[in-house]
Amino acid sequence: MIEFQNVSFSYESGTPVLQNLCFSIGAGEAVGLIGANGAGKSTIMKILLGLLPCEGGVTVGGLAVKKQNLGEVRKKLGFVLQNSDNQMFMPTVYEDMMFAPRNYGLSKEEAEARVDRVLSELGLTELKHRYNHKISGGEKRMAAIATILAMEPEAILMDEPSTALDPVNRRTVIRAINGLTMTKLIASHDLDMILDTCDRVILLSHGQVAADGPAGEILRDKALLEANRMELPFCLAGPSPRQ
Amino acid sequence: MNNISAASREFREMDELSAQDSPIHRLHPLVKLLVTLAYIVCVVSFPKYQLSGLAVMVLYPVLVFQLSGIPVRTCFHKLRIVLPLVCAVGLLNPFFDRAPLLYVGGLAVSGGVVSMVTLMLKGVFSLMASFLLIATTSIDALCAALRKLHVPALLVTLLLLTYRYISVMIGEVAVMTDAYRLRAPGQKGIHISVWGSFLGQLLLRSMDRAEELYQSMQLRGFRGEFYYADQPPCTAGAVAYGVVCAALFVLARLYDLPQLLGNLFV
Ligand SMILES: Nc1ncnc2c1ncn2[C@@H]1O[C@H](COP(=O)(O)OP(=O)(O)OP(=O)(O)O)[C@@H](O)[C@H]1O
Ligand SMILES: [Mg+2]
Repeated sequence: MIEFQNVSFSYESGTPVLQNLCFSIGAGEAVGLIGANGAGKSTIMKILLGLLPCEGGVTVGGLAVKKQNLGEVRKKLGFVLQNSDNQMFMPTVYEDMMFAPRNYGLSKEEAEARVDRVLSELGLTELKHRYNHKISGGEKRMAAIATILAMEPEAILMDEPSTALDPVNRRTVIRAINGLTMTKLIASHDLDMILDTCDRVILLSHGQVAADGPAGEILRDKALLEANRMELPFCLAGPSPRQ
Repeated sequence: MNNISAASREFREMDELSAQDSPIHRLHPLVKLLVTLAYIVCVVSFPKYQLSGLAVMVLYPVLVFQLSGIPVRTCFHKLRIVLPLVCAVGLLNPFFDRAPLLYVGGLAVSGGVVSMVTLMLKGVFSLMASFLLIATTSIDALCAALRKLHVPALLVTLLLLTYRYISVMIGEVAVMTDAYRLRAPGQKGIHISVWGSFLGQLLLRSMDRAEELYQSMQLRGFRGEFYYADQPPCTAGAVAYGVVCAALFVLARLYDLPQLLGNLFV
């Protein structure tokens, strides 16, 4: 479904962010993308969406990510931005959720049915007609995830989906993610969530894949994680030092 | 909440006004747009001394305020900054045009005063009509209407993004002034020494955010067309409303109705 072949990228400043990156993700896989701050997780997602030009080959569902394919590629991918404020641009949650389905040619009734279904799956029906500038940060995050689910993409990319969420909403998102059958690529520092949602983990370090394997193995490898500015997930770490 | 957050909130309240429901809100946006344009053209084209004829034009905003349920107070409150500017336009007229034009009681009123009032009314009426259009139509529906009129997609997208950019920018100013104040207690406003970097930062931050917003629109299928904007059906009633309004405007523009009525009775 997603393939990176020898991808290199640097912002204008010149220091390379990604160097000869290679990995591929099959259809229906759930992959966690982890790495220290600034490792290049968000950059990878933007490259996939064709928002940043790069060297090397990137394909999504067999289509090369190039200018002439962008429309098709973007239709396949749903992207939950790291900052939900920039994701939600319509006045209300409902209008935001209708945006993509209507743009992709669904009728108002079809789109509305989809919106209602996604909202009830996420337990957000009461947010439907709220104004985006009058909901809390966490509610906005949930709404942003809902807008993307309403697109029904073939693959979903999530950049830090669990930040700003209370434990119950975090659980709801985890449950929602696990209920999705599409391909999933989730970048997060919340390793517990990665453990709960992903079968496979790609660990990035200095623009390269430092490790790639089953989530259960990589997230248990204390030495590997600590070498990359991370810690074991809480659920595997044992009692806290103050107890 | 600081003044700027209040400004940002006030700006977004326009979205809330336009989301209300009323016969005017339900009208087809294209009809509203054309009626507003016709109204403004008629108002602006009144000769400078034809105060009585122009005064009749107040009926349209009054009617729309009534039908749409938008409070008149809200309108003047939101326009409080531009209204004085518009009114200031004709202020010098009385000094140049001193020939008496009419007599009220025993008092001579010069042409300059009449033309000043006419000019002010033109400004106020046009502003009210534009305000009513925006307060009863969402920006997306308005853009869709412009596209229907074959205004180039690029221009319409520009309009939409400018509208969104304004709220992003106000929002950024609010965040930055808050952050500044919290670390500069007891200071009034922002010290002049940091204005340069403050403005530079503001521009960069709001541009970054606006770009990400636009990308987020593109990623969800936006191509400069407004398929997603709700277009209520263009009913016969809406067309009739448009035609009647436009006809009345032209009538009011061509005939000085108060004078005609006056002549009937005198
Ligand atoms: N617009 C930009 N211009 C220049 N450099 C950038 C830009 N955006 C990011 N970078 C740099 O690129 C590198 C990778 O950034 P990226 O946002 O992909 O990291 P990340 O893995 O998502 O980090 P985080 O976990 O903090 O979200 C960082 O070193 C960052 O400083
Ligand atoms: Mg990131």
